Amino acid sequence: MNANRPTLVVEDIKTYFFTKAGIVKAVDGVDFTINRGEILGLVGESGSGKTVTGFSIMGLVDPPGRMTAGRVLFDGQDITALPENEMRRIRGRRIAMIFQDPMMTLNPVLRIDTQMIEAIQAHENVSRQEAWRRSRDALGRVGISAAEERLRAYPHQFSGGMRQRVSIAIALLHKPDLIIADEPTTALDVTIQGQILFEVQKLCRETATALMWITHDLSVVASLADKVCVMYAGKIVESGTVDEVLDSPLHPYTRGLIDSVPNRNRRGVPLKQIPGMTPSLIDLPEGCAFRTRCPRSDDDCLASPALTSPVLGRKARCYHPHLPGAS
Amino acid sequence: MAAFVIFCALVFIAIFAPLISPQNPYDLGEIDIMDSRLPPGAVGLAGLTHVLGTDDQGRDMLSAIFYGLRISLGVGVMSGVIALSIGLSIGLAAAYYGGRLDAIIMRVVDLQLSFPAILLALIVLAVLGKGVDKIIIALVAFQWAYYARTVRASALVERHKEYIEAATCLALSHKRIVFRHLLPNVIPPMIVVGTVQVAHAIALEATLSFLGVGLPLTEPSLGLLIANGFDYMLTGKYWISFFPGIALLLTIFSINLVGDQLRDVLNPRLQK
Amino acid sequence: MVIVVMSLLVFFGVNVIGNPIDILINPEFDQEEMERAIKALGLDLPIWQQYLVFVKNAFNGDLGKSFVYGMPALQLIVQRMPATLELALTALLMAVVFGIPLGMWAGLRPDSVAGRTIMSGSILGFSLPTFWVGIMMIMIFAVMLGWLPATGRGETVALFGVQVSFLTKDGLAHMLMPAFNLGLLKLSLVIRLARAGTREAMLQDYVKFARAKGLSTWRVVMVHILKNILIPVVTVLGLEFGNLIAFSVVTETVFAWPGMGKLIIDSIQLLDRPIIVAYLLIIVFMFIAINLVVDVLYSVLDPRDPHRRGSGDRPGNPHGGDRKG
Repeated sequence: MNANRPTLVVEDIKTYFFTKAGIVKAVDGVDFTINRGEILGLVGESGSGKTVTGFSIMGLVDPPGRMTAGRVLFDGQDITALPENEMRRIRGRRIAMIFQDPMMTLNPVLRIDTQMIEAIQAHENVSRQEAWRRSRDALGRVGISAAEERLRAYPHQFSGGMRQRVSIAIALLHKPDLIIADEPTTALDVTIQGQILFEVQKLCRETATALMWITHDLSVVASLADKVCVMYAGKIVESGTVDEVLDSPLHPYTRGLIDSVPNRNRRGVPLKQIPGMTPSLIDLPEGCAFRTRCPRSDDDCLASPALTSPVLGRKARCYHPHLPGAS
Repeated sequence: MAAFVIFCALVFIAIFAPLISPQNPYDLGEIDIMDSRLPPGAVGLAGLTHVLGTDDQGRDMLSAIFYGLRISLGVGVMSGVIALSIGLSIGLAAAYYGGRLDAIIMRVVDLQLSFPAILLALIVLAVLGKGVDKIIIALVAFQWAYYARTVRASALVERHKEYIEAATCLALSHKRIVFRHLLPNVIPPMIVVGTVQVAHAIALEATLSFLGVGLPLTEPSLGLLIANGFDYMLTGKYWISFFPGIALLLTIFSINLVGDQLRDVLNPRLQK
Repeated sequence: MVIVVMSLLVFFGVNVIGNPIDILINPEFDQEEMERAIKALGLDLPIWQQYLVFVKNAFNGDLGKSFVYGMPALQLIVQRMPATLELALTALLMAVVFGIPLGMWAGLRPDSVAGRTIMSGSILGFSLPTFWVGIMMIMIFAVMLGWLPATGRGETVALFGVQVSFLTKDGLAHMLMPAFNLGLLKLSLVIRLARAGTREAMLQDYVKFARAKGLSTWRVVMVHILKNILIPVVTVLGLEFGNLIAFSVVTETVFAWPGMGKLIIDSIQLLDRPIIVAYLLIIVFMFIAINLVVDVLYSVLDPRDPHRRGSGDRPGNPHGGDRKG
């Protein structure tokens, strides 16, 4: 792993789903870069295409979906064109993924140790005892006590938070260079969420693992990430460092997201909402996808905006961004 | 779709059998025992080409199959229709009245469904004896429960919705609404169950006839034809059993295929 | 409770069939001899008394004497049980061993030529009238090709005191066709179940997660998916086993297999009441026993909360996890 090369470079990827109802452009031209040890937050509502982005990077898009364009460079190597058996060696070992709902992601009829040992043995030729030992240590590292008994249990015998810790432990088994975490704390209580966030951040800093955290929750991003990309209707509409984007959002959508988060300081002030609903990805509005809900839109917006740099070091896809300094 | 065409063809044959058969195999005047056991394609004494051969009484197989088809389909469909009516009423009643009645009905249904069809039919026939009507009763006896359960399941879905609306609805038209809404919701799954059940009934009737407890000799269905040929198979006269079997197979198969396709079409869950 | 109901139904129902007096007692007998025969057979008592006698005897293991054979009904049936069970178990085994792989293949590649063929084949499988297939098999394999013996059971060998035929080569040769014939319907069922289960399993997140871990496709299929579909397949098969035993009636008739099924058919024709009654009771008893076994099997295979089992003929989607913090 070359320390100077970015761990992940995503170049203009497009993933479309070819359904009977039409072509769903789940991911329609997404670019970003994650450097070694960096944490990127990918923010968007449901239906924005963020989960599909994660799957596209892993090569796990199932039919009727297909990645139709773009490249993914992992540690400098183009993995989009990689044959399946080589991609399989990367999955789980160098790029790991954590899913949203651990009840559904852990096979309910198999024991925890089975599922962890197989993850180890898929990539390394170690004995079952050795794999078992490593699983137990991994569980300890994510804060699960009495790991030995836990290993013999089945997923339904754990609480949601514990199951997610197991998923994280599995992700860390091979010390991957990149972890893609798809809304791993969404299904959990706020307190547990906080704990998990803390642990993940700590682990990533310790091992210099790059992390892509997919979420719809801005507050999570605020406390965790270094950089943030905001997705809307399959495209990135804003990107920059966390402080910049959250303090002075350029894109009206980002601003709307931030404004709609309840804030203790503004008690009594009515919550602002983004009017309208997320558009269906089959039936997008003409031009800028956010046009129909945007307070700043005009006829210019009937043409699709490109990703530009209205401010140095940051990107936004808008004809009328909120420039810092202006209101 | 080919299945549907085949099925229609078979129904057509069944209905018009007397008109299109080369021979009426049950009119003693038309058959000649000297013609018996001729292989397919042979020409009989009367100059008639027996496309599928003749059986041990000299009957033309093709004609016998046509007539047999009539009986098989007739019995199968009739029992299906009766079972459907019974199952429909019971299922609707169970869904509509709910409570204890529902529980009792469902216990009976479950009990009956866990019992093998063939055994049930055997018992019924053992008790009642032979005859077309008794066969139909036996066939109905095992089928109604399937209809009842399917009907009740679909009706329940609708009923729960109704009661939410009913809170704001006039109580007067409630019964009417229930029937007008329950019924259409219930029909699609019932059609699917119906096709499979009719196929099953036809198969069961054939099996029972083969075993000798089914239809009497005067009204031979395909099952009996096959049974007749059973004795001759060891001497290589395969056609007496073979062709009626093919006819039976085609009937059941086409009905099942149609039912299968119907199920895919009518199943909202699979329409992704 | 079920047994009581069943026995009541059966006893009274069967008693209504024809009048066994006329059938079994030689009409040439004069009045006195007739009366003696009637008394001996217990037919002179009022029906409800006959029933009570029957029940009392049943608890002593005596389910009546066959009118035709003159032997205790229970003994007759038990004598022929191994043959039927052997046949049924082999049929079941065939259905599972061939059905699960075929069904999984059809589920994994539903749109391939193989997948679609398998599915159509399965519909064909349960459309084929069993008895006709049996006849055709005999015709082709025994008469025309001469590969396999046509009818009857092969040599038997004692295993734990029970006569079994699968341990001899001759026995196996005799069993091959009938077992396949009997199992055909179940094979189709297993294929369809396995296919549906596989297709449903493939949509689940845990399959995707397994792939994300870098597991080989083989492992994902053979371990993750297979274990999940075994549960519905086993439960349904277990319940169907009773059906299989009942349906052996047909196969036994075609292949002249000396099992319980043939006995019951003959008995119905001959109005041999005690046999019929005894047979039905035993069948019901076996059903209940099978249900119990299936319950146990299910709890072994499915480690989850037993309250989440589906009822009816198809267990529902097992994923309904609870979310605790």
